[in-house]
Amino acid sequence: MDYLALYVTLKLALITTILLMIIAAPVAYLLAYYRFPGKSLLEALVYLPMALPPTVIGFYLIIVMSPKGFVGRIWETFTGGSLLFTFLGITIASIIYSIPFAVQPMKAAFSKIDRRLLEASYVLGLSKRATFLRVIIPNSLSGIAAAAVLVFLHSIGAFGVLLMVGGSIPGETKVASIAIYEAVETMNYSAAGMIALSFIPISYAFLLLINRLNEDSRT
Amino acid sequence: MTISASLKKRLKYFNVDISFSCAEENMLVMIGPSGGGKTTIIRMLAGLTMPDEGRILFGDEVWFDAASRINLEPQKRRLGYVFQDYTLFPHLNLFENAAFAASDKKEVGELFELFKIGHLKKRKPHMVSGGERQRCAICQALARHPRLLLLDEPFSALDVITRRGLREELKSLKGSLSCPIIYVTHDINEALFLADEIMPVVEGKNDDGWMQRTISRQSEEGSPTRGAREPRLALVY
Repeated sequence: MDYLALYVTLKLALITTILLMIIAAPVAYLLAYYRFPGKSLLEALVYLPMALPPTVIGFYLIIVMSPKGFVGRIWETFTGGSLLFTFLGITIASIIYSIPFAVQPMKAAFSKIDRRLLEASYVLGLSKRATFLRVIIPNSLSGIAAAAVLVFLHSIGAFGVLLMVGGSIPGETKVASIAIYEAVETMNYSAAGMIALSFIPISYAFLLLINRLNEDSRT
Repeated sequence: MTISASLKKRLKYFNVDISFSCAEENMLVMIGPSGGGKTTIIRMLAGLTMPDEGRILFGDEVWFDAASRINLEPQKRRLGYVFQDYTLFPHLNLFENAAFAASDKKEVGELFELFKIGHLKKRKPHMVSGGERQRCAICQALARHPRLLLLDEPFSALDVITRRGLREELKSLKGSLSCPIIYVTHDINEALFLADEIMPVVEGKNDDGWMQRTISRQSEEGSPTRGAREPRLALVY
């Protein structure tokens, strides 16, 4: 069994989840609490990766990350290397691919918090930032956890985006879903079956966790 | 220190246009019908709602001045605000709630004893009664050593007995507080019981005749049954 591919998948999903939680929290805060011109445009842009075919996202990421692309060029001047076909490249791809799944549940959790709690916190002398950390975050933990689980599950399932941006380099960019695809291509059904089977308990356990979190947030 | 304010704000159905002041060790009770702009006025004092025009002065400190575009943030006004309904933080227990912005945690314990909720420190807000929650909210406001105390119908959601008890506790506490206190209510008995000064507010304006009109209307309406209908009024008069 291709343990290396499974390892890359889990590493990628874990790093994506952690980074995305940090990136998505301020975006969700902005969308939940502020009104500003162009907000609906920004919101639609944040959710766009959910509505686009993964290969379309992958295509544009190749354009941007290639040595001639905007991000790729900057990266090359500073590091001398390429972003395409690297673990970092697929991490960026994976983050963009999963952004909507992090922002949406977090925004929902933040909007559910009673505005008066925030006002009480301001009157008690806490800055907006301190209020975010001491009032908003602790009162939306189940929403944040749900977002994390969704992002994790979505990341382990990524295929098209990663294949386009990262190719299939063992130990670097070859994730489990790509390993399954390649095993099937070479008619190696038993290898594909082993990896595929390992996904079922992982996904099932996480789904149970989501249900549990949803129940918690309802009570 | 004296708080003095002159405030104007356009609302949907009427305009707030009012001036008042309240000295230290004094309790100003704002009374009037529901929906008359009392909460809006309190929110303007707290810095949660911005007036259209006017000024708010605390001593010689300017909290708000429309002309020179000064609007001090609520964080910097250092006041205590007990809201109409319970706004304790649900993720914290009562003690953590009261100590949320306290400078001295030991004092919070003393306040809890004073308000007779010392045995409930570890309980979460949803596990205690409404009266206990409001006691905790008052502790939370006092623990911060407020320069001004705003109480917006703090007891209106409570039953009559609890309300009367808390009202008395507040009155006895009042003597030991040196800051100005502004208290909002729609209950005339509460106003008469607590106030050093009463300011009736109707549709955003000071209406000194309101109390008189309301009391005489009530006595005209139902002389023999008044006691049964309004037991609290009967207790006072």
